[in-house]
Amino acid sequence: MNPIIEVSHLNKIYAGGFQALKDVSLQIDKGEIFALLGPNGAGKTTLIHIICGIVNRTSGEVLVDGHDIIRDYRYTRSLIGLVPQELATDQFETVWNIVRFSRGIFDQPKNPAYLESVLKNLALWEKRKNKIMTLSGGMKRRVMIAKALAHEPQILFLDEPTAGVDVELRKSMWEQVRRLRESGVTIILTTHYIEEAEELADRIGVINHGELIVTEDKSRLMKKLGKKELNLELKAPLKAIPEALSGYQLKLSPDGLVLTLAYDSTHNESGITELLDRLKENGVSYKDIYTKQSSLEEIFVQLVHQ
Amino acid sequence: MRINFRAIGAIYRFEMARTFRTILQSIASPVISTTLYFIVFGSAIGKHMSAVNGVSYGAFIVPGLTMLTVLQQSVANASFGIYFPRFVGTIYEVLSAPVSYFEILVGYVGAATTKAMMVGTIILLTSCFFVPLHVDHPFWMIGFLLLTSLSFSLLGFIIGIWADGFVKLQLIPLLIITPLAFLGGAFYSIKMLPPLWQKISMANPVVYLISGFRWSFYERSDVSVQTSLLMISLFLAICILIVARIFKTGYRLKT
Repeated sequence: MNPIIEVSHLNKIYAGGFQALKDVSLQIDKGEIFALLGPNGAGKTTLIHIICGIVNRTSGEVLVDGHDIIRDYRYTRSLIGLVPQELATDQFETVWNIVRFSRGIFDQPKNPAYLESVLKNLALWEKRKNKIMTLSGGMKRRVMIAKALAHEPQILFLDEPTAGVDVELRKSMWEQVRRLRESGVTIILTTHYIEEAEELADRIGVINHGELIVTEDKSRLMKKLGKKELNLELKAPLKAIPEALSGYQLKLSPDGLVLTLAYDSTHNESGITELLDRLKENGVSYKDIYTKQSSLEEIFVQLVHQ
Repeated sequence: MRINFRAIGAIYRFEMARTFRTILQSIASPVISTTLYFIVFGSAIGKHMSAVNGVSYGAFIVPGLTMLTVLQQSVANASFGIYFPRFVGTIYEVLSAPVSYFEILVGYVGAATTKAMMVGTIILLTSCFFVPLHVDHPFWMIGFLLLTSLSFSLLGFIIGIWADGFVKLQLIPLLIITPLAFLGGAFYSIKMLPPLWQKISMANPVVYLISGFRWSFYERSDVSVQTSLLMISLFLAICILIVARIFKTGYRLKT
């Protein structure tokens, strides 16, 4: 894949001495959805703001489509659209004027037909003459997306795009994101909703205390770091795990009714069949059996607390 | 050098749209307050005042009052124009757009200058209803108006970047610009002051603006027109240097 963003040894130290980014190196491929996860203050927004040109880097290099973001700032910025965390818009202007301004400032010729399609896709067309202050929070959030899309960017940064948005709207925004990706837009999103990253992302990056801990294909990350568990609901409670089963990594629930085996699904020999045979031999019978895989959220928590 | 004219146009139109959206505060308010000055000082008190340098008092104060409002409007419009996006956070879009600092400056300061010129023109037109007005040098009159609007819009832009709250935004206009404008000969000729105060007044840059502007109307001035031009140009150059420094360092714009 072609990298559309290349970040090399990026450092950011703010005036007060706080180091927000520590030697961050990262590649983002054209056309992918990349989710950047991290707790508050981890450096996600600083990284995005440096790439977009809002914050100055202290050292390191950032290339967008092979061009340096400082030397060729006009070219690199023209490729990028940013949806910031805050609902930062002029509350007294109309939706139409706001998106028209965004297109103009990014040096794009007037194209009312395109802006109309953007607003229609975001279900904002009917509200185009309304002042921003009259819109609901969800609509304002969509206006921010419309502004970012107004200049037909190839790369879209979504900084907490669904913060404070209800479930229904969140799902419709996910659909929007998917459609944008299908149209060839590279999407980088930061989110606190791990479910969102799990749902949308091709690759995941986890940043903590300014350091990029991991960047990995989502499914590979979940396989590599995720645990799989086999749970057996027993017919009768056990006081303790039988001696004959001590060779297995088994856990017994406090009420003695559930036996849990952690196993690695990537190995051919998970030991499940053998365990079930042993249970039968030892007279342990069960009424239900099910497996559970660690969620991305559990992996995330595990990573940031390492 | 490539210039992003569309961005300049977008910022300029956006700022001008704000003016027309708030037409009462932007244009009507300064016009009404200046009209009141004309009524009080020009028509009511002015009738009992002797002519100054051969010009009736009502007509004498027209250039000064116009300049007073133009100064205040230039500073207020430009400072608010750049401070407001910083305050509400919309500045992120300008900073992340393919637009140079120069283009940002032209957009914001251009709009503030236009607004100040508009207000100045309306005030001059309004004054025609109260006093007999003639302009000896219309070209110089427009030139002085433009230079003053531009330099004080630049000053307003600097204030808008420096300010980190609405109090600071009002501080310099209230505590420095307005007193300097009132003491700059808007209502009197500097020559009417005692010698010591005449000398002190020469340190006030507004004296040169009002004097030059008044000269373009009646060919009467407190200082020579060349000195006025030189001082305005000097003030403009200082503002440009400060703005250039702000842009070079990203002061209060980029961290």
